[in-house]
Amino acid sequence: MKYQTENNKETILRSKIADNRGYYGQFGGAYIPEMLYPNIEEIEKAYYALQDDDEFKKEFEYLLKDYVGRPTPLYFAKRLSEKYGAKVYLKREDLNHTGAHKVNNTVGQVLLAKKLGKNKIVAETGAGQHGVATATVCALMGMECIVFMGEIDIERQQPNVARMKMLGAEVRPALSGSKTLKDATNEAMRYWINNPVDTHYIIGSVVGPHPYPEMVAWFQSVISEEMRNQLTEKEGTPNPDYVIACVGGGSNAAGAFYHYIDEKNVQLIAAEAAGMGISSGQTAATIACGTLGVLHGSKTLLMQTQDGQVIEPYSISAGLDYPGIGALHAYLADSKRAKFYAITDEQAMKAGQELALLEGIIPAIESAHALAALNNLKEEDADFDEKVVIINLSGRGDKDLSTYSKYL
Amino acid sequence: MTTTTTKNRIDSLFQRKPNEILTIYFTAGFPKLEDTRRILIELSDAGTDLIEIGMPFSDPVADGETIQYSNKVALDNGMSIRQLFEQLEGVRNEEGNIKQTPIVLMGYLNPVLQFGIEDFCKKCKEIGIDGLILPDLPLFEYETEYKSVFEKYGLHIIFLVTPQTSEERIKKIDELSNGFLYMVSSNSTTGNTSNKNSELSEMQSDYFNKIKSLNLKNPTQIGFGISDKKSFKQATSYSNGAIIGSAFIRHLESGKTVKEFVESVTSK
Repeated sequence: MKYQTENNKETILRSKIADNRGYYGQFGGAYIPEMLYPNIEEIEKAYYALQDDDEFKKEFEYLLKDYVGRPTPLYFAKRLSEKYGAKVYLKREDLNHTGAHKVNNTVGQVLLAKKLGKNKIVAETGAGQHGVATATVCALMGMECIVFMGEIDIERQQPNVARMKMLGAEVRPALSGSKTLKDATNEAMRYWINNPVDTHYIIGSVVGPHPYPEMVAWFQSVISEEMRNQLTEKEGTPNPDYVIACVGGGSNAAGAFYHYIDEKNVQLIAAEAAGMGISSGQTAATIACGTLGVLHGSKTLLMQTQDGQVIEPYSISAGLDYPGIGALHAYLADSKRAKFYAITDEQAMKAGQELALLEGIIPAIESAHALAALNNLKEEDADFDEKVVIINLSGRGDKDLSTYSKYL
Repeated sequence: MTTTTTKNRIDSLFQRKPNEILTIYFTAGFPKLEDTRRILIELSDAGTDLIEIGMPFSDPVADGETIQYSNKVALDNGMSIRQLFEQLEGVRNEEGNIKQTPIVLMGYLNPVLQFGIEDFCKKCKEIGIDGLILPDLPLFEYETEYKSVFEKYGLHIIFLVTPQTSEERIKKIDELSNGFLYMVSSNSTTGNTSNKNSELSEMQSDYFNKIKSLNLKNPTQIGFGISDKKSFKQATSYSNGAIIGSAFIRHLESGKTVKEFVESVTSK
């Protein structure tokens, strides 16, 4: 990969996938009000410096290993494989501390915040997974933590609200707009504008202004790094035929795809949330239904009206209902490097139950969208029986039990 | 080579009146959808020097509660850029001050992008808009993609500087701006009233003095947290003008007249 070239030191201190202004093709950039410029500039410098910082790498790796519990297993799902024909491996991000991949990023960012001399963390959360992962690392580092969460999500996700509070975080309701994830993001950004000196903003996905998408993808890239080593042990090659991940903002998919982007023989498969169906008007399938726009500092595909007002998306999964999508994914879709499938609520819920019954693993509804894409591949690939597939099982489904039990 | 037949009204204003420029912001389509044109004309006739019309957006991240609220109400009323242009058609032919009062449109980039940059600028010129404030338009993208279009239609672009902006960057922003420079009074979202007695802090006066000492090419106006006669007077002792937004929105919400508000700021 390009950043490993010995004689090109310059690229090491630069972005790894995006260009120097944070663009992936026509997507990305840093569309921020001037009030945030110094903060973003400061983070950009610190982030580039981290890539060469051995002390940081040591601490990051130590925490991922002993605190988060990495490496997560790459599990050969035998009964699932028998059903679909292909050899299916599950990357068990659900076994991370706090129950999802989100903590990989919050560990990295809290270390960055320490380097920047910040003593306060602000974050947004939708379903509460990123909020819990942020509250967790703030407790670990003794930092003050404020999490903005849409008022409606606070009602829907009580167990995660209780977890954040027990971890010492202050959960502030986002009362503006539609009172869900995008509004929590707006509130977190406003808080940051008003408190630029002592506060670091930990964005939970590969969204927001440059360098956040690059940085979050980098912290999550441990997922595909491990996949390559683990698959080599099991199959004698680092490369599967398919890597499947679900995409809302896209952080777990960014981590799962990261080291495979340049491996053209590996097909990247993304599962986005179709909700009730892409023609129903009740959907979060940004690649299928979105148009080019600017939100939260990034130029990307958006669910929006013709007048450019952002639409509140719908999915049964609270972790996939972001109205935009990470610029990297917009680019991977646009350039046809990744193939996107829109998975409906019903398909996801079925796939979630199937995994529980076949493998004894209850996946997060988000991850169930990735599992459901197996059906699409089986249908479209005549030689699917000969293929090796890795599915990124981004989170566990305990938080979704009430939704599952209502549905099934 | 295109020649602009009329001089930009913002430039004429600052030439005519270099001090105590009163700029007032209001959100198009608030409190009622059809109020835009009336408020614009009343502001102008009451003696407002420059008027900033906000184009509402669903996700106004740089704005505090008051302007978030006016944005939401306006959108619920059905406001859009298309509507705004319809409402403003022919407004420069009305009787009174509105013939000369500079008008600036302020809004987030996304709705403008969806309207289409060139179409948007063309419409602005037709109506007689003098400048644009697009807080989330980055300098680099402006220079490389937007500048030539804005210039073609005679539109000034007004960028923001904040207390955190470095001197080097202030100079760069000044170079790219025209009309005036928008000095954000403190690092905050709009309408921040944490400074209850509207006194300027020492840090703020240092920042204002620093900008004064840089001998910038553009006149300056101070905005964010300016709410009444006292804060207006204070701010304009450091700059050519000051901008009032949230306080005027709250005034409109209370049902009082536009004239009352303008006079409360400009009265001797």
